[in-house]
Amino acid sequence: MTQHDSPFDLLARDDEDHRWAFGTGFTDPLAGVDTAVPEGVDAKALAAYCLMLGDDALIFSHRLQQWITNLPELEEETAVANIALDLLGQARMLLARAAGADPSLAPPVLAYPQEDRLAFFRTESQFKNVRLAEWADGDFAELVARLLIFASWRLALFERLRDTADPVLAAIAAKGVHELTYHRDYAAGWVVRLGEGTELSHERMQRAVVALWPFVDELFIDHQAELVAPSGVRGEVDAVLDTVFELAALDRPQVAALGAVAGRRGRDGAHTEAMGYVLAELQSVARANPEATW
Amino acid sequence: MTTVEDHFDATIGGNRRIEPRDWMPDGYRATVIRQIAQHAHSEIIGMQPEGNWITRAPSLRRKAILLAKVQDEAGHGLYLYSAAETLGADRADLTEMLISGRQKYSSIFNYPTLSYADVGVIGWLVDGAAICNQVPLCRSSYGPYARAMIRICKEESFHQRQGYELLLTMMRGSDAQRQMVQDATNRFWWPSLMMFGPPDDASPNTARSMAWGVKRHTNDELRQRFVDMTVPQAAKLGVTLPDPELKWNAGRGHYDFGSIDWEEFAAVVAGNGPCNAQRVAVRRRAHAEGAWVREAASAYAARQAQRKRAA
Repeated sequence: MTQHDSPFDLLARDDEDHRWAFGTGFTDPLAGVDTAVPEGVDAKALAAYCLMLGDDALIFSHRLQQWITNLPELEEETAVANIALDLLGQARMLLARAAGADPSLAPPVLAYPQEDRLAFFRTESQFKNVRLAEWADGDFAELVARLLIFASWRLALFERLRDTADPVLAAIAAKGVHELTYHRDYAAGWVVRLGEGTELSHERMQRAVVALWPFVDELFIDHQAELVAPSGVRGEVDAVLDTVFELAALDRPQVAALGAVAGRRGRDGAHTEAMGYVLAELQSVARANPEATW
Repeated sequence: MTTVEDHFDATIGGNRRIEPRDWMPDGYRATVIRQIAQHAHSEIIGMQPEGNWITRAPSLRRKAILLAKVQDEAGHGLYLYSAAETLGADRADLTEMLISGRQKYSSIFNYPTLSYADVGVIGWLVDGAAICNQVPLCRSSYGPYARAMIRICKEESFHQRQGYELLLTMMRGSDAQRQMVQDATNRFWWPSLMMFGPPDDASPNTARSMAWGVKRHTNDELRQRFVDMTVPQAAKLGVTLPDPELKWNAGRGHYDFGSIDWEEFAAVVAGNGPCNAQRVAVRRRAHAEGAWVREAASAYAARQAQRKRAA
């Protein structure tokens, strides 16, 4: 049994063993990266934008995590967990970048690393994710419809961000492009399969697209902080969605956009009622233990 | 003239592997299917107690670790079901056996996870016990299972290390965290010992399974190894194992430990543990609610195949 003892012997020596993907060696997702903000880049705007993109990924990932153990097939368990992990990884890097570029963003909960202060100790109105990210999927059709819309939109943004002036954000985007391409493919595959599957699945798929469509316009509204104007990717994203809808025999919905709250939407910190419950769940253990180290 | 049965016996006797194409006794086939299926079911049901904490993990790094671990468990389930299929079993039938309660999974997953420390303790004790059980199965006489176990054991050791590392970190943290770790250890210690199954004198199938090379050590041997391995780890961690009779026996060269509550074990195996109904209900509901998706995928695949033929 000596091979079983060896991991503990390694730990007992307290050496920092970096061979393990999530091992004891690092806690900062940008460890080893030069995080100085280059001249000519507005650090506050960069931070605000990274926060938006990071919050989108964090909250979308949370909704996918809720699906684990509830999916229709084991292959989907591994695929959805994989996508949730990718988005969580993007969130970690983007939140760390945001806090690095503008340290005033992270609440001063000193026991926690910066990415965690942002994730667990901000209040609801400080979250800048689009409202699509916080939607609770009613069934698998809504999951794949929402993922198709989200990944197509985010991929278009990340492709452009690969050339942005901040090398850290550019690198995060370059890595994300590969991941998001897979997410979009996975979602599109299922939208087509369900749209063209049985009568029941077609009906559910169409209903899901209609239910989610009010959240789409918000994705393309420009804000000052954005380094890539989302209005500029609308045509490209529409073309992708139209192609998938045609293959899936689905109608593009004609429904009105979700209303704003006193002129504010997700990016302005105004969310749907579902967001409070997302944060209650996400933040509960960390908030109950502000002195703890994990 | 040698018969297929002689060939089977010689393969087992020579410590070589039985492969799917080989003749095997019906009893061997049934035993190995049951063994692999129960292991696969355990991986899939085992996603639930830990999955319970993914959305509430108190740091993003711990969340990533836990999510990846639960994903690994789904992956283990997948290739174990595939290994069972090499014997002629069908994944859908095995799933049906699980959700109808006709096949079992490891009793440990019928206990609840009540704090984040449970994630660490499951890694340390439950994965630790699973590894003790499973490493010998890398030498199972059934080839596809043995090969699956090599990969699974590597990933399990990784999970165990991560669990232990979480506990080390928590023990260096606040008093509340240390209490959480001790409480989780108290709750999981005895159920972990039960993971090795009934004592040898109450384990009727052990002899035949060992003769066939699908089991390599008795339940009590493996349980003793686990105790011997874990006691120094607990000391290093700074937690107390909840057994006043636990002490080193120089004469035996092993730790002595108190008697296990076999009535509790029997009750949990019979379906009356704290979470049996809940675990199976979750699996059953996911399967039922996913039926329309699987049907749609099959219908779509059939139509695509038809189009290809027509083209």
